[in-house]
Amino acid sequence: MSSKVERIILAGFGGQGILFLGKVLAETGMHAGKHVSWIPSYGPEMRGGTANCSVILSENEIASPMVTVPDTVIAMNRPSVAKFNLKIKAGGMLMYNSSLIERQEFRDDIRLVEIPASEIAEELGNPRVANLVMAGAYSKFSKLITFDDLVAALPALMPGSKKEMLEINQAAFKKGFDFVEEKKYMFGRYVYSVFKGI
Amino acid sequence: MAEKVLMKGNEAIGEAAVLAGCRYYFGYPITPQSELPAYLSKRLPEVDGVFVQAESEVAAINMVYGAGSAGARVMTSSSSPGISLKQEGISYIAGAEIPCLLVNVVRGGPGLGNIAPAQSDYWQATRGGGHGDYRTLVLAPNSVQEMADMTVAGFEFADRFRNPVLLLSDGVLGQMMEPVSLPDPVDYDIDSKKWALGYNSKEKHERNLCSSIFLDVDELEEHNWHLYQKYQVMTDLFSTGEYKDFAVEEHLCDDAEIILVGYGIISRILKTVVEKCRKRGIKAGLVRPKVLWPYPAHVFERLAKTANQFLVVEMSCGQMVEDVKLSVNGKKPVYFFGRTGGTIPSDFEILNEVDKLVRPD
Repeated sequence: MSSKVERIILAGFGGQGILFLGKVLAETGMHAGKHVSWIPSYGPEMRGGTANCSVILSENEIASPMVTVPDTVIAMNRPSVAKFNLKIKAGGMLMYNSSLIERQEFRDDIRLVEIPASEIAEELGNPRVANLVMAGAYSKFSKLITFDDLVAALPALMPGSKKEMLEINQAAFKKGFDFVEEKKYMFGRYVYSVFKGI
Repeated sequence: MAEKVLMKGNEAIGEAAVLAGCRYYFGYPITPQSELPAYLSKRLPEVDGVFVQAESEVAAINMVYGAGSAGARVMTSSSSPGISLKQEGISYIAGAEIPCLLVNVVRGGPGLGNIAPAQSDYWQATRGGGHGDYRTLVLAPNSVQEMADMTVAGFEFADRFRNPVLLLSDGVLGQMMEPVSLPDPVDYDIDSKKWALGYNSKEKHERNLCSSIFLDVDELEEHNWHLYQKYQVMTDLFSTGEYKDFAVEEHLCDDAEIILVGYGIISRILKTVVEKCRKRGIKAGLVRPKVLWPYPAHVFERLAKTANQFLVVEMSCGQMVEDVKLSVNGKKPVYFFGRTGGTIPSDFEILNEVDKLVRPD
C-alpha cells in the first residue's frame, strides 16, 4: 500500500450501509487534512441489490477520482468478492465480512483480512453497524487515517443524532479495530493454505 | 471562505446558488441530478425563497423566464432528456435576454438513453440547442469545488451579459462527493436591473417589456445583430480579455509534444494520464477548456505551433473534437478517443491510445 494514496472500493448489498461506510472514510480523511473523493455506483438499484462506491484518500491533490485498480476492496457480501477480487492491485488487500462470505480459494498475491463484521455488530445489539466495524478495522491498516480520526469525524457524519447512536457507532469502530489489533483475523497465504488442506 | 464540507456535486450547486442570491428554483426531477432540487426544496424555504416542482420541464423553464424577467436570480436544472424539453423556453429566454442559470447533469442519450454519466450533449449545449440565432455561455466544472464556484460565476456572467448561462456537468460530478469551501454569500438586490419588469415600481418611468417577439423584419434583424455583437464581446472577453485565464486550464503544455484535450470529469482522468506519460518519458500536456462557449480557441492557436499532435478524449462519439479541429485549423493532426453509453474511459485505455500515437510502430 503506497503511503501517499489509498484507493478503496467498498461493496455489498443495498441496505448494508456501503455508501455511508465510504462517506465515513472520506469524511474522516477530510478531517485528518487529507484530499478525498467519493463516487457511488448509481443505477436503478434498490434494497437487496448490490451497491458499491469508490473512495480515494491522498496526501496530494487527487487527479482522477475514478478507481480502476483498488489498493483495497472492502466486501460485505459474496457477489462483491466475485465482482472486485481480480481488480485488486497485486500486494493490495481484500477485507471481507466473513459472517456472510465463506473462506474460499482467493488470490495469493493479496493480503486477506477476514472480519466477522455482521456477527460483531449483532453482539453490539445492532446488525446495522457492521459497516462501521469494517471502518474500524480498516483504520488499523491505513497510513492516512487513524482510529482517533474516525472517532473525531463521527459527529459530523451523524448531525443531530442521539448520544446512544454515536456510542454504538464508536463501539463498532473499536470492535473492528481491536479485532485486527489482537490479530484474530486470518491473512495472506494462510487462508489459501487452509483451503488447499496443506 | 468557510471550513470545508464534504458534499455531493449536485448539493454544492444548490448551496452555492443560495449563497449567490438565487431565491427561485423551478424544475422537475430526473436522475442523475435529483439531489439538486431535493436540496433546494429544503434550503430555499429557509431563506424565504421559492421552490416549485413544476408539472413538466416546459412549465419549469417558462417559470424561470418569468422570474428572470422580474429581475430575480433564478435557476433550473435537469438531465439530458429534460434539457431537450426545455429548449423552446431557453430560446425565448436568449431572445428576450433574460439572465438565468441552467444546469445540465448529462446522462447517456439519445432519447431516454440511460442514467449513466455522458458528455454527449456538447453540441446541444454549445450550438444553441433551441431554434434561432443565439448562444448560451457554457461552463464546464471538473470538481465539486468548481460546481460551487462556477454556480456563483454563472449568476454573475448571466447578469453581466443578460444571457442564459449553462453549467454543463455529468453524472459523475453530480453524484460524487469531495470537500468544498463554500463561497461567501452575495447580498443580491432584486431591484438592481433597470430593464427588468417592476424595476423601481414606486416611481413613474417608461414601462419595461421583456419579449422575444419582433414581428417587423427590420426590427428582428436589428435585434439579431445586437445579439451577435453581444456574443462577439463575450468571445473577446473569454479569449483575449479579462476572462482569458478563467476560460481554460493548461497543465505541462510548454514542452509537450502531444496535447490531451478534455473537459469535465474526463480532464481529471487525463491529468492522471499526463502524469503517467511523463513518468514514461512521453512529453504530454493537458488542455482543459473550462468554458465551452465561447471556445478558448486562442490556446490551441498558440499550442499548434509547439506541439506535434492533439488527442481529444470525450464521453461521446466525438463532439468537442470539432471545435479543437476548428481551433487548430489544420496546422497539426487532431485525433479522437471516446467511450459512450455511460462508460467512463480508464486511464489505462487512454494511455494505450497515447502510446499508439507517440510510438506508432
